[in-house]
Amino acid sequence: MSNLEIKNLNVSINGTQILKDFSLTVPKGEVHAIMGPNGTGKSTLAKALAGHEDYEITGGEVFLDGEQIVGKEPDEISRAGLFMAFQYPSEIPGVTIANFIRAALTARLEEGETFKAPAFYKELYEKMDLLKIDRSFTSRSVNEGFSGGEKKRCEILQMAMLKPGYAVLDETDSGLDIDALKVVADGVNQMRGPELGVLLITHYQRLLNYIVPDKVHVMFDGRIVQSGGPELAEKLEAEGYDWVKEAAPAGAGA
Amino acid sequence: MSDTLAIENPSLEDPKIFQFHQEQAGLEVDWFKQAQQAAWARYLELPLPVRTNEKWRFANLSRLRDTGRFQPAGGELSQVTVDRIVKASHRFKEVAGRIILADETLAAPVELDPELGKKGIIFTTLTDAIVKYPELVQKYFMQQSPELGSEKFEALHVAMLRNGVFLHVPDNVEVDRPFVIYNWTVRDKGAIFPHTLFVAGKHAKATLIEFQESASPGTEHLVVANAHLFADDGAQPNHTIVQNWNQNTLSLQLNTNNAWSDTNAKSTLINVGSAQARQEVHGKIFGSGSNVEMYALNVPTENQEFDQRTLQTHIAPNSRSDLLFKNALIGKSRTIFSGLIIVEEDAQQTDAYQTNNNLMLSEEAEANSLPGLEIKANDVKCSHGATTGRINDSELFYFLARGIPRNKAQELMVFGYFEEIVEKLDNQELADYVREVVQHKFMD
Repeated sequence: MSNLEIKNLNVSINGTQILKDFSLTVPKGEVHAIMGPNGTGKSTLAKALAGHEDYEITGGEVFLDGEQIVGKEPDEISRAGLFMAFQYPSEIPGVTIANFIRAALTARLEEGETFKAPAFYKELYEKMDLLKIDRSFTSRSVNEGFSGGEKKRCEILQMAMLKPGYAVLDETDSGLDIDALKVVADGVNQMRGPELGVLLITHYQRLLNYIVPDKVHVMFDGRIVQSGGPELAEKLEAEGYDWVKEAAPAGAGA
Repeated sequence: MSDTLAIENPSLEDPKIFQFHQEQAGLEVDWFKQAQQAAWARYLELPLPVRTNEKWRFANLSRLRDTGRFQPAGGELSQVTVDRIVKASHRFKEVAGRIILADETLAAPVELDPELGKKGIIFTTLTDAIVKYPELVQKYFMQQSPELGSEKFEALHVAMLRNGVFLHVPDNVEVDRPFVIYNWTVRDKGAIFPHTLFVAGKHAKATLIEFQESASPGTEHLVVANAHLFADDGAQPNHTIVQNWNQNTLSLQLNTNNAWSDTNAKSTLINVGSAQARQEVHGKIFGSGSNVEMYALNVPTENQEFDQRTLQTHIAPNSRSDLLFKNALIGKSRTIFSGLIIVEEDAQQTDAYQTNNNLMLSEEAEANSLPGLEIKANDVKCSHGATTGRINDSELFYFLARGIPRNKAQELMVFGYFEEIVEKLDNQELADYVREVVQHKFMD
């Protein structure tokens, strides 16, 4: 049961249904990519999994290593081991990156455990070096005045420090030039392994050249319409999304 | 060090209170006695504030109308209390000087680094300064007034004031370590009238930090305090008041910051205490090339009311003033910010800014903001603005999505919101202390 299992998830925003009996299983240790045209519900999936209150789950279940997370608060879901890398991370004035990550780690301490600052800074600096983030960033306010690439690297830094069991990367490639994309992809690749399951949400195949997925799923109109290996991404790159719409089951996207 | 009273202290309502109080103080300096007499006459003459007066708009006046029952503090305190106060008056590893006043009486001898004394720095109680340096004190004492509505209370302050602090830094003397004042209220129903006079000579640089506290949480107090800052040409004074009277205190703080040419004058108010705190700050810029900064960090909770009125008056050209007052409101608390920038006809090339931000952390809190400009010169850069907002939902979600619980997230966001002011304090120990008192407000 080491997996992220999404079963028949139905999600609405302001009464409009976006996800329709969405089902998908990501085993721990694998990287799955979800691709699909704009407006098909990819980001809705990410926000709903993270427990955002504006995304109403009207039906279905989500299990994190067998633990139901539907109905839990966003902070509980995070501490249960699901990490979300935001497409548009918020800027938090006056809160430094170091303090922000420290608060997130402190929230994960078991009773009786204490936070160990020297070990924290040692690890933080190592991870920052790896992600080519200047060490002076620790004392900068979270995302404030960051470039697009800096914001995304900061997301991956947080992921590296929090060590989640599963990560949902929502359009992590958007707004990145090729160099920034490579740095971000390197960071994710370094974390790949038997202890991490990844769900990559992307519109473009480009990211998948650098983070090669185990499985690719094509999403359309709120559900998965086709699954396959990395070659599926190449087909999408070559042929676009039109064939997906035609291949979708009757009634979908109408 | 202190007076022993043969009879019970009379209250402010007692017709003989003034005479009694002045005799008690026993200060035989004519100009000062006359100033007090004139102030008492003015106090009796002036009317109580009314809500129809723009300067008191939105203010809760009921407490201000009911001050007669307070007794001007005086008399001896028990050694146990004094020891406890002295022990608690220790927030910095190294200071330039320290004065601890409990109910306007020295709780410990005045401390001043002897090396600084040799450089001509005067740091002593106001009464001591009036006796030892009468002409120097007279040159500054009550020469400026905020002129923001509390004239009656200002008169009461002068008539009743019994102690305070005089800090005089002579020309060209720079001091890095802070001068620190601890002002404590002790006796129930006690009224105190602390007066701070901070004079920075030409090209002098110094920091004065004032802590206002109560020895216990349950006593009731009236505080009418004054603080006046004088910055001569090229001076760089930095003055911070941490207002943390207990929550049964009615406090008034009436301040002026007076800047001549090429100064860098900074004043900061940190407000956490009092049931009701009325504060008036008037920044007056008499010289060119000056930069006058006025900041406030306010965290009212429960039923607290913080009422702040400010003036930035540019009299000379080519100077800058910057005011930033930030509130985070919790519970049923109320704030009033009324600020005015006045640019006189001759004050061309003025840069003046005024900002009031309100972060509403409860549905029941109320923030009133009245920013204003009055510009008589034609070549100036001025802006004023007020914002009122709640915690940003997407920022909050970002914290939650990292596993940080809601209350901790809110606390961090408020810290972040205030960091803009805290970092301007320019003193790590003070910044840490301020963060700590803000955090305490969240745990209450």
